[in-house]
Amino acid sequence: MSCSLKFLLPAMIAAIPLAVLAQSPPRAYPNVGTPLSEADIQSFDRMIGPEGKELPPGHGTVKEGADVFARRCEICHGRNGENGLIRSLVIGSPGKPYRGPFYGDERNGPSYYPYPTIAWDYINRAMPPSNPGSLAPNDVYAVVAFLFYWNGIIKENDVMDEKSLPKVVMPNRNGFVPAVPVYPPEKKPSWF
Amino acid sequence: MDPNRSNRRGFLRQTAALAGVAAGAGWAVKGQSAHAQHVHGEPPRRGARYRVDHMTHYTPLQDYAGIITPAPLHFMQQHSSEFPEIDPQQHRLTIHGMVDRPLSFSMADLKQLPSVSRIHFLECHGNSSPAIHGSDDPILGLPVQFIHGMTSCSEWSGVLLSVLLNEAGVQAKASWLVSEGGDAGKFTHTLPLAKAMEDVIVAYGQNGEPLRVEQGYPIRLVVPGWEAPSSVKYVKHIKVVDQPYMTWNESMNHSVSRPDLGGKARWYHFQFGPKSVITRPSAGLNIPGRGYVQITGLAWSGAGTVTKVEVSTDGGRSWKEAKRHAPVLPKAHTRFTFDWAWDGQEAVIQSRCTDEAGEVQPSLAELTKHWGMDAADWKKNPLPRAIHFNAIQPWKIARDGSISDVLFA
Repeated sequence: MSCSLKFLLPAMIAAIPLAVLAQSPPRAYPNVGTPLSEADIQSFDRMIGPEGKELPPGHGTVKEGADVFARRCEICHGRNGENGLIRSLVIGSPGKPYRGPFYGDERNGPSYYPYPTIAWDYINRAMPPSNPGSLAPNDVYAVVAFLFYWNGIIKENDVMDEKSLPKVVMPNRNGFVPAVPVYPPEKKPSWF
Repeated sequence: MDPNRSNRRGFLRQTAALAGVAAGAGWAVKGQSAHAQHVHGEPPRRGARYRVDHMTHYTPLQDYAGIITPAPLHFMQQHSSEFPEIDPQQHRLTIHGMVDRPLSFSMADLKQLPSVSRIHFLECHGNSSPAIHGSDDPILGLPVQFIHGMTSCSEWSGVLLSVLLNEAGVQAKASWLVSEGGDAGKFTHTLPLAKAMEDVIVAYGQNGEPLRVEQGYPIRLVVPGWEAPSSVKYVKHIKVVDQPYMTWNESMNHSVSRPDLGGKARWYHFQFGPKSVITRPSAGLNIPGRGYVQITGLAWSGAGTVTKVEVSTDGGRSWKEAKRHAPVLPKAHTRFTFDWAWDGQEAVIQSRCTDEAGEVQPSLAELTKHWGMDAADWKKNPLPRAIHFNAIQPWKIARDGSISDVLFA
């Protein structure tokens, strides 16, 4: 008894701070699943939020972007993002972003989405479809610079990097309202 | 005669003969082509559309009974030109971000945890879109199929996402989660944490069998009652966060600007409103003659169960209650039937439903007004985008028994 207490006590004392700090209830099925280390998570976590906090270091220019685009993107998206197999990547022109209306199909990513990081995140994770995730961070910054320039969002000499990209104000930044009904639902028609 | 053609005919004859021999040992094959036949009769055909960045299957709502959609006929919107080939032995579902214990689950892990099997509909946010009314490509199927057939209903088996989130220990400040699929397009969607904890299933089974590859094999999310893009297929990574991430598909393709919002769009659209459609008789089918006709269809709502279905056979002037057939389940298709005697005259038939929240399916006029739009907007070219479109669907029966779609007529 005394022996087991001698061993248990230090463990109990060590466990107290953890128990106090833990926000969540203990596991119900601790034998199932494998803990992930920080290194594990870094090896797969590529999702980038609106503020760009997860953006990796890197940089790219409009000119570099034109080169990357011609090599990796043009085959589907067409020369300079136009007349390709899917809808145009360019609406508006340098210095003149498209500002709606958006009732129909006249929209593309740069003209429509609220945050500049969405372009980086999607291109980084999902492009090109034949080998998604194969673009280096510098290539992604460059392609985003290229697309933003031709859609009238940044200037020709602007450099996109992990600091400057999240600060770009997209033309449709204020084109969204929060989801309603909020969740849990308010007392409003759900088809509102 | 073109010699190639002649050869081809000869080849076809030989093939048919071989098929006949093969069939002689077992099933009788009627007709000329073994391929056109099915051991249980003519099978329902899914409608389909394939594009370079998109594949779509439309459920043949007109062709099956009850509420369960056979798995191969379940609708599909695949945001790529091919299906991922995922080795279930290698596939892992990770839960990380704002959790105390980041975890990885193998398929064996998921099947070891307490399981649920629940019947729920899924529906594409763009189902019934005004833009597809009037399409006439036969590869799409019949009108009720390509207009409304991006909804299906299955029994989904798996583990509740809340179980996995509890294991990972969600931190107090977390409020959303972002789910990423293992497909080439890395399909990603954001979900409020409260919904994730309520009834979301990490499903590995559909109608008693493993998920089909086009439905997300080996695992997918099933988010009951909400637009199907939330139900991420091939789900691989779930990141718990404290704000909506507005990823590419959800911000770009799954939102719509509306006049009633001053031309702005909602960040997200979640739950579906009450909706129903008569699946038989419907456009493209024929009523052979006057007399008894069973009207049947499906009704559903993201709010829960369907508490009432009504049918009108006089263009909406009067409504009578239809019979709802058991099982009537929350966030699932409900089968309804209505006995009718057709007098051989022109008629417009339609259905509307009420859900457990007391909401009634709107008419096109009500929906148009609600969205701050004008009836003339539906004549524009290109048409305005519309999602979560749940207007009552009228079918017009002509004196010869032919049926057409008259929603925008």
